[in-house]
Amino acid sequence: MFDKIDQVFVASLHWLVSFLPEAWRPVASSLISIAFILAVFPALFSIVTIFERKGIGRIQNRYGPNRVGIPFTKIRLAGFGQFLPDGLKMLTKEDIVPRSADKLVHFLAPVVLLIPVLLAYSVLPFGRNMTIADYDAGLLFFLAVGGAVEVSVFMAGWSSRNKYSLLGAMRAIAQMLSYEIPLILSAVTVVMVVGSLNLSEIIRHQNQYTYGIAHWHVFTPWGFVGFVLFFIASLAESNRTPFDLPEAESEIIAGYFTEYSGFKFALFFLGEYLGMFAISGLGITLFLGGWTAPFSFLTWIPSYVWFLAKLLAIVFVFIWIRATLPRLRMDQLMNFAWKFMLPLALINIVVAGIWFYLGHDWQRWPICAVILVCAYAALGRALMRPQQFGKRVYRYAE
Amino acid sequence: MLGEQIIKGMAVTARNFFGSYVSKDRLTTVQYPEERLPQKGNTRQFPMLVYDNDPEKGLRCVACTICEKECPPQCIYIVKSKDKKPDYKGQPQLYPAVFDIDISVCMSCSICVEVCPFESIKMNTEFELSTDDRFDDLLLHKSDLAKSNEYYRKLHPDDAKESDAVLAAEKAKAEAKAKAAADAKAKATIAASSTTATAPAPTPAVPPSTATK
Repeated sequence: MFDKIDQVFVASLHWLVSFLPEAWRPVASSLISIAFILAVFPALFSIVTIFERKGIGRIQNRYGPNRVGIPFTKIRLAGFGQFLPDGLKMLTKEDIVPRSADKLVHFLAPVVLLIPVLLAYSVLPFGRNMTIADYDAGLLFFLAVGGAVEVSVFMAGWSSRNKYSLLGAMRAIAQMLSYEIPLILSAVTVVMVVGSLNLSEIIRHQNQYTYGIAHWHVFTPWGFVGFVLFFIASLAESNRTPFDLPEAESEIIAGYFTEYSGFKFALFFLGEYLGMFAISGLGITLFLGGWTAPFSFLTWIPSYVWFLAKLLAIVFVFIWIRATLPRLRMDQLMNFAWKFMLPLALINIVVAGIWFYLGHDWQRWPICAVILVCAYAALGRALMRPQQFGKRVYRYAE
Repeated sequence: MLGEQIIKGMAVTARNFFGSYVSKDRLTTVQYPEERLPQKGNTRQFPMLVYDNDPEKGLRCVACTICEKECPPQCIYIVKSKDKKPDYKGQPQLYPAVFDIDISVCMSCSICVEVCPFESIKMNTEFELSTDDRFDDLLLHKSDLAKSNEYYRKLHPDDAKESDAVLAAEKAKAEAKAKAAADAKAKATIAASSTTATAPAPTPAVPPSTATK
């Protein structure tokens, strides 16, 4: 019974495809899956924008949007109808292209943003047997297409021919390249321990229970540190506060999409949120056990419900952080990436190796934990040391 | 240690998040059309014309056009009447045939209130004036501007009391003067010193608005 509910999407896909001739089935199956992703995640995006506005409102002791409901009735739905007028407003706005912009690149940038973001979804396991393309190198594929986002950001910044756009794009490139390294290095630990780049395999490795508690990687010392590093890097990768320097409103208007309006702006907005969901999904898959339940007595809840619940929880933390932390300065951003996250990620790789070779010995727990805590304390102390800035010397200008 | 303050900050925001669901006192906003905050005592939006008893005949304005001349953005337009009508003292006075205020121009400075010697033009607190016709609906005519003295008393009780006192004093003075004139006429043959004895006791208080001029 529970198994049937768990597999309802997979079964209905098979049932739909079974009406077609044998040769068309793989294509039809992928097309239906693509349609599914294109329907579900933009819908999730629209709901999350409301959640974000309401959540930030509550954190600031306001109500947030609570008016728009069903038109011509008094039903308000607690404001959850707000995304519809917001979206309609966005779509009906005039599409302005600057006269001196590079028209083609300016047009292509939002499209180029959306394609890799949507491609990334193809390898994510949303539930048991619910991976669209179960590549052996799924993690590698995800990280590769995730890196392509930077191209679109720079296309947008460069083609707009606006100083704010270009500044935002340059900031974005510097930030994304810097944080891509701890992101990948923290993911590498999982690959080392599991021994596979296949995301389904990674989840299978975590889908075991000892004393009723799942073997999620986040419950191990290296996994916890890896998850925190991954989470911080994914904040930076999706340009969320406190790493929203590329689109810092108070400094550079809207950064690389200053010159975008109407539907293209909406596409950027959508691409950003879809990227956030995708990278959260990867974090869930790598460290939080993907679609598995945390405790063995909760395994009857369908796998996709677990995935969605974890995704929404992570998104809530994203929103919570956005409402709490102010924006970093550019040098703080770089210091944090290169002086703290990168060394800690490298140490974490070593710790994951120690963990792997100590086998099932209980001593691996204290050993790994102590190494990581010491590394964290030392690196944190070094990072927080008051910096001495001498007189600035100009080598060429004097 | 690194991250301590971040945890503290996150705790603060989390407390706000959950607290806003638990206690209504935390919420700083008011659900406006349904709930309203009381207006502050000195609220002012746009001018109105105060009348006693009748919106046409009781209008205090005598079309002296001082406000029209003093208005910095020149948003008042007055046409004087050809005939006269008795004011509250029974004295024949001109009245405004047309009195228009363009509230799209008005800057709510309340200089017109300060200069008005007849306690006629006062500031209204009505602020829900949004309209879809920005020309005709934002040009207030005499009939729109006329508001009763009771309304004014409700809006600004203290100011209204002062203005009532000024008017009462003026009226008492006028009555005393009339009475004195009548007495003088009656006792034309008797010594003229009697007029000083019936001189009005209350000297009119300077209206607070004119004092600041």
